[in-house]
Amino acid sequence: MTSRRIAGKGRFIDSSSKVAFTFDGRRLTGHPGDTLASAVLGAGQVIMGRSFKYHRPRGPVAAGPEEPNALVELGQGNRFEPNQRATTTALFDGLYATSQNRWPSLEYDIGGINAKLARLLPAGFYYKTFMYPREFWKDIYEPFIRKAAGLGKAPTEKDPDTYEHVHYHTDITILGGGVAGLQAALTAASGGARVLLLEQSPHWGGRVMADGGEIDGKPAADWVAATITALEEMDNVTMRLNCMGAGVYDHGYLLGYERLRDDTPSLPGPRHRLWRIRSTRVITATGAIERPLSFAGNDIPGVMLASAVRDYLELYGVAVGRKVVVVTNNDDGYRTAIALKAAYVDVPCVIDARPLGGGPLMREAEAMGIPVERGRAIGKVKGGQYVEGVAICSHDGSGGVFEREIECDAVAMSGGWSPVVHLWSHCGGKLTWDAEQALFRPDAKRPPTGADGEGFVLPAGAADGELLLGDVLGNAHDAGREAAKAVGKTAKVRRRPVAVSVAQAPILPVWMMPARAGYELRSKAWLDYQNDVKVSDVALAAQEGYQSVEHTKRYTTLGMATDQGKLSNINGLAVLSDALGQEIPVTGTTTFRPPYTPISMGAIAGEARGKVFQPVRRTPMHDWHDTHGADWEPVGQWRRPYAYVRRGETVHDAVTREVKNVRQGVGILDASTLGKILVKGPDAGKFLDMMYTNMMSTLAPGKCRYGLMCSENGFLMDDGVVARIDEDTWLCHTTTGGADHIHAHMEEWLQTEWWDWKVWTANLTEQYAQIAVVGPRARTVLEALGGMRLHPQALPFMSWTDGQLAGFDVRVFRISFSGELSFEIAVKAGHGPALWEKILEAGAECGIQPYGTEALHVLRAEKGYIMIGDETDGTVIPQDLGLNWAISKKKDDFIGKRAQERVHMADPDRWKLVGLLAYDDAVLRDGAYAVAEGRNANGQRNVQGRVTSTYYSPTLGRGIAMGLVHDGPNRMGEVLDFPGTDGKLYRAQIVDPVFYDKSGGRLHG
Amino acid sequence: MLTFRCPVCGVDAEETELSPGGEAHLKRYGPGSSDEDFSGYLFQRENPRGVHFERWRHAYGCGKWFHAARCTQTLEVFGTYPAQTTEPPQEILDTITKKRPGWTWRELGAK
Amino acid sequence: MAETREYKGIALIRAEPPCGMITLRGGPDAAKGLATAGKRLGVKMPGPLGAELKDDRGLLWMSPDEVLMLCPAEDVPDHLDALRGALKGHHAMAVDTSDMRVRFSVSGAHAREVLAKLCPLDLAPDRFGPGHVRRTRLGQVAAAIWMRGDGAFEVICFRSVGQYVLDLLQVAAAPGSEVHLFSQPVG
Repeated sequence: MTSRRIAGKGRFIDSSSKVAFTFDGRRLTGHPGDTLASAVLGAGQVIMGRSFKYHRPRGPVAAGPEEPNALVELGQGNRFEPNQRATTTALFDGLYATSQNRWPSLEYDIGGINAKLARLLPAGFYYKTFMYPREFWKDIYEPFIRKAAGLGKAPTEKDPDTYEHVHYHTDITILGGGVAGLQAALTAASGGARVLLLEQSPHWGGRVMADGGEIDGKPAADWVAATITALEEMDNVTMRLNCMGAGVYDHGYLLGYERLRDDTPSLPGPRHRLWRIRSTRVITATGAIERPLSFAGNDIPGVMLASAVRDYLELYGVAVGRKVVVVTNNDDGYRTAIALKAAYVDVPCVIDARPLGGGPLMREAEAMGIPVERGRAIGKVKGGQYVEGVAICSHDGSGGVFEREIECDAVAMSGGWSPVVHLWSHCGGKLTWDAEQALFRPDAKRPPTGADGEGFVLPAGAADGELLLGDVLGNAHDAGREAAKAVGKTAKVRRRPVAVSVAQAPILPVWMMPARAGYELRSKAWLDYQNDVKVSDVALAAQEGYQSVEHTKRYTTLGMATDQGKLSNINGLAVLSDALGQEIPVTGTTTFRPPYTPISMGAIAGEARGKVFQPVRRTPMHDWHDTHGADWEPVGQWRRPYAYVRRGETVHDAVTREVKNVRQGVGILDASTLGKILVKGPDAGKFLDMMYTNMMSTLAPGKCRYGLMCSENGFLMDDGVVARIDEDTWLCHTTTGGADHIHAHMEEWLQTEWWDWKVWTANLTEQYAQIAVVGPRARTVLEALGGMRLHPQALPFMSWTDGQLAGFDVRVFRISFSGELSFEIAVKAGHGPALWEKILEAGAECGIQPYGTEALHVLRAEKGYIMIGDETDGTVIPQDLGLNWAISKKKDDFIGKRAQERVHMADPDRWKLVGLLAYDDAVLRDGAYAVAEGRNANGQRNVQGRVTSTYYSPTLGRGIAMGLVHDGPNRMGEVLDFPGTDGKLYRAQIVDPVFYDKSGGRLHG
Repeated sequence: MLTFRCPVCGVDAEETELSPGGEAHLKRYGPGSSDEDFSGYLFQRENPRGVHFERWRHAYGCGKWFHAARCTQTLEVFGTYPAQTTEPPQEILDTITKKRPGWTWRELGAK
Repeated sequence: MAETREYKGIALIRAEPPCGMITLRGGPDAAKGLATAGKRLGVKMPGPLGAELKDDRGLLWMSPDEVLMLCPAEDVPDHLDALRGALKGHHAMAVDTSDMRVRFSVSGAHAREVLAKLCPLDLAPDRFGPGHVRRTRLGQVAAAIWMRGDGAFEVICFRSVGQYVLDLLQVAAAPGSEVHLFSQPVG
């Protein structure tokens, strides 16, 4: 209970009113404007979570998105969400948060026993431990690892919130609304370019809001306010707070992640919005992140980044301790000492690793009475659940002897700053090591490049490695001008703003404190708080032969999980470089991948959930089916009735009834999903002869022909009936799934190979409803509608005619996929439902019934008709299916012909189509394999065929199947064994695939 | 996510509006061709790190196929041109030579 | 599509009644015959990505060799006869596609951003306005978008996905989902 509120501080909060929230079951209060972290600290609690591996108690170390420790589970029930950073969670009335990785409580955690075993859990522990014996992998090791892995708990209920995307095009996008982003926006927009400015936090201004400074003679915060006003008045500027630049991708594509309702869940509207941005230029004004220092005990709650200590104080009015020791290797740390002292918080001393200390800021601190320990280091932090003091020693030593202990309850550490280069790097921007400032900065000569080959990302301000206010603004102004120029505009703002920068003494890079610390201290100095990776772990990895920083990351888990090493990466690779005896730039960084911080799954899905998760295609008669018992089957994106189930029936009963009704009376099928492609032109016949294996150019107008389409590699792709409409027009029917891709296939050949052929195509699939009337009484029903002569002489099998039925203009095709007398009637889609009902009325006397896709399948299988997707799978050629009769021998060429001449295609050993009659009333399993003698190299039974279609045939009263069998057509009568997955052996006899009406008499009825 | 300017309708289309069609300028071999020619046509594809010629279709737009010359490494687009040609236009070849001196692709480029 | 014909959220979404549509395909050699379409409607032939509209009729540019003719449904047979006559002897196609697509309108101050949520076009007023038509992707399906003289957007998509598109537009126009883009003219 050491952190507390400081009256009169807190730029972002409204201390005059209160907000009630719950943390780990305790009811606490904060203020509007607080983050969850500042509110919990303000309520006197520093511990907010436990670490992942050792379950060590942890408090926040940062105040922003880089936070690795203070991860909480937010909300309850259907709004439960794990792994949320307390430092970026805006406080609201009723917020409910629970700390993670602890049981039963934060203060007393049983898993903390792992910490006692730390010596036994070094880097690569899992890899080393869970190797042998191999038999343990699946049943013992994997369950153990799965139980141990993962941060937080997964939500179990359906998310009640909505999410959306928005597409936005702009000339220039600026990521980051600190002073660099604001200045870049002001300059860039002054020439008239479209500018989008995104800031991840709820506040403009970035670091100056806590650190102050003076710009153009004004306090920095006033300059920020004035700049915001100026930008808001510009029509060409769009600005968003709470919207993070999440990723930079190819060709100027960016993702922005906007959080709209996280702190106002009761308001209507989307919770998060994903901005899908196309931007000609991108300016990354993403600032910099302070680095921790590695000293023993640097993970004890109360040890924080110096900048975070300032943020909590200045922005939220929270002092993180009563006695705060500052430890630093650069001048910036003194800002924290000065700010604390000015707020009457005791600063026992500043420990500066530099033998000569710092510059003007140090002198200012000293003048305030703060002692400075030059050339000193923290040897270790004393304490367990909170900081009790620090032991100091010479920085340039091994830490074997501590000089003295200083009592304190918090430590503010500054290890220098790392520019946020993530967004620069996402799309390939390269970095350069700035040894003077000890940081990686964007290499302007190697930017990410866009479609035109030019660099499209410009870094600005601290993100470009500029750490002094004046330099930040000047650099940002230049980036704004350059971006404006790149989009063809001239910035009208010409003057760089003037800011007074305080001179700074050089930084002393410190990667371990004290510099020559032994194993004992290194094994207690944390690099990665979230994953419990210590300096000793990285050193061990190097000792074991890891040289690549990427491999070391995976081996040690350094920089993994939700924070992706925002605090740990540079320190980690410096330690690795040291262990390998090489320079830091030789080691390099791990790859920066989007998103910058985790974004919600909801934002990624956007609107695509619930009823608009995926398009569902409906036929014109969809609503009728829906109200008449349709058991829906997805066929691609279409929904087709599988069967129409009546009260008291099972689906199987319905299918059986529907099949019998077609065979014995008449049925009606919605065939609207079949593709209908009009092909017209002087070269249409020649073209279709290339598309189909059959000869289509010789088809007479008024006639129909069943056609096969192969891909260029010879495999059967689609089938359907082609009707010749007139001299230069054909109508090609495709399968349901084929309509779009067959149309695309035709256009591809026409546009890219035979572009001089005179052919137009039109995909008319959805212009027509198509209704099949099928069965021995089909003609009776249609003639009852009146309007057309449909007797066999007027409309013989495989012909079509235009006319009227029940007053509707129709085209009737006499074709059959069932073996019965059958008419397919095309009518304008808008008339489909009316004609459908008319046919049902007219057919009532004949007992007409609708039938679904399963009855259609059974009917076709009884006749041995193939189905694309059942008998074909992309490896089957028409010859395999006994369809040689449909392959023209007169044509020199068609798509797939050359491929079918290849040796393997002509091989007599290919599996070929046969019928299969199962013994003992069984219905074979779909896809079941027929086994052969012997075993293959993997010890599996050899196979000699497989089932491609299998049904119970109501007509035959037994199971029938089709299958592809080695040399099948020459093995009629042989019996094959099909071992079932149920342990039983199924046996079936090879027979002719035509099970019913072999003579075809019914068809021609 | 890539963008290409459709040379047919002039629209800057993004990848979600396009469908890819593999390598450009394949010569079709039909019946009567040798096994070698045919397998070259059907199966052998360039997979360069650098200059590449591809086919794309403006599927969610004008529906037309077009060709694109781009760098597979940097994703730079050297140009797009209509599909009704058996080889890239000279202008595109010149652009590539200027930007990638010494480039080769199948029989194109530096000798 | 029966349940909802009109929806008011941050924009007004309406399922518009069917109209006549004729797909015309032809190359430069059939230009004269194709021009009949414009003459019959009293509009110009649209240039690339253009929409030539007059009240409830007009011509939409679909591709270099395809134009979509919009007209009252009852006029379709006459137009078709006339076009087929004019195109006789030319390599061209004129076909009734009135039933193939459904049509919606999106109007109101936030109409642009409702569409921007669903399609990847640049819908800034100076980039897309009356006289333009774009075929694009709306959510997960193909669609075409143009603007009427009154500032409303018209959207067409294939008939089978009409309900999906109507639902999609309603989701995008849900209350409280204003993006406040495009509300100001862009200079």
